[in-house]
Amino acid sequence: MNITKSFNRSLWAFHFNSGSCNGCEIEIVATLTPRYDPERFGIKLVGSPKHADLLLVTGPVVKKMRPRLLRVYEQIPDPKVVMCVGACGISGGPFYDSYNLDGPIDDVIPVDVYVPGCPPRPEGIIFGVVRALQKLERLQGELP
Amino acid sequence: MSPATTLLPAVAGTIAISAFGILAGLLFLGIDRKFAAHMQARIGPPIRQPFIDTMKLLRKESVVPDNAIPWLFNFAPILALASSITILLYLPIGSLMPVLGAYGDLVLIMYLLTVPALAMVAGGFASGSPYATVGAQREMVTMMAYEFPLAIAIIAIAWRLSMAGIAYPFSLATIATNPFWGVMGPLGIIGGIILLLILAWVTPAELSRVPFDSQEAETELAGGLLVEYSGRNLALFYLAQGVRTIAMAAIAVAVFLPWNISTFVAMSPALALAVDFLFFLAKVLLVVFVSVSLIRVSMARFKITQIVSVYWIWFGGLGILGLLLIVLDATFGVW
Repeated sequence: MNITKSFNRSLWAFHFNSGSCNGCEIEIVATLTPRYDPERFGIKLVGSPKHADLLLVTGPVVKKMRPRLLRVYEQIPDPKVVMCVGACGISGGPFYDSYNLDGPIDDVIPVDVYVPGCPPRPEGIIFGVVRALQKLERLQGELP
Repeated sequence: MSPATTLLPAVAGTIAISAFGILAGLLFLGIDRKFAAHMQARIGPPIRQPFIDTMKLLRKESVVPDNAIPWLFNFAPILALASSITILLYLPIGSLMPVLGAYGDLVLIMYLLTVPALAMVAGGFASGSPYATVGAQREMVTMMAYEFPLAIAIIAIAWRLSMAGIAYPFSLATIATNPFWGVMGPLGIIGGIILLLILAWVTPAELSRVPFDSQEAETELAGGLLVEYSGRNLALFYLAQGVRTIAMAAIAVAVFLPWNISTFVAMSPALALAVDFLFFLAKVLLVVFVSVSLIRVSMARFKITQIVSVYWIWFGGLGILGLLLIVLDATFGVW
């Protein structure tokens, strides 16, 4: 069963804000505008984690959001890809030594692809999606 | 007739119509997405995108929530798809008369149209999610709202045919072979155009598309009715959506645009069947373009209260006006 083949042309993304400053959200929405038109590749934003294949996480994971992030992650049906968008999710970014952080994201859930930037450009986010698909393909090849 | 001679064509026809409904449904969903993309100055997904999406959904895990009612939750998508296909069995496709045309008419179709929506409502309530419950309630309200203008549009046509002295006016075969435009004078034709517009505006609500998709509303209800559905069940709902699109368009075609090329141009029977079928697809494409793509791209979503007032007050009033024009036309004859 080759899942990556169908993911290649149809990847539904669910966006989760774990305490971001809204900068990355603006860039994610900019990625979905007609100028970049990711629907060409079957990428679309869905409203429910149950419909999603790709979890886009932004923000450094504040304490209150940790259980919510875990719940949303568990609600996404397998197989799934997690993408961390923005510097906050990678290292905490400008909030790295805040008292209220429980992150960064890879302390809470496994992350497949990191997109650096504060905020990353839409091109960066699209490149991240491509990398995520490549990684899936590689993992598929390594499996027996 | 022995049971075998009646049963066999019905079974074969059902299988053929199911395959046609699902394939054409997905194809038209893809065409609709392409239209919408081009109208928004985008390139848009390839036309086969819905097929790819369905393949992917079928390969994914299907989650049943803990607080759902499992049998109803899993049964609702099957019921939605099956009932959508059942509608197609009563509708003429090109010059092919309906498979089960002898057993049901337009009134039955009006009842059958509510079954896929009811299946979605049942699935929504069975999901055990507050979002899905709100979505299910909104779906019921929407259903009650559009039923009135839809009934006016369809009953008026059948009534006019019966006033013209045509037997079995509710039978789809009768409606498809006697275009009602032909029996009416100028007043009636104005009324008919009004009713055609009403049917074009009822279609998006029936298919839960923008601007009447408040029950699915991603931005407020996170997918509404379908919020808990994933994998195979979501794929079935997606297929049902495609088949319903074809069914709604086929109703509009059968009632309002029933002409076939073979009645105007003489040709061999096999060729006539093929040409009429292609012409039917072209008419479906026109209906899908106007009442799904064009409306959904040019409008934003209505609130649930607005949906009710739009259908009951505006389209209901307009429908009565159209009905009145047709009644006047039938009473005073052509002038």
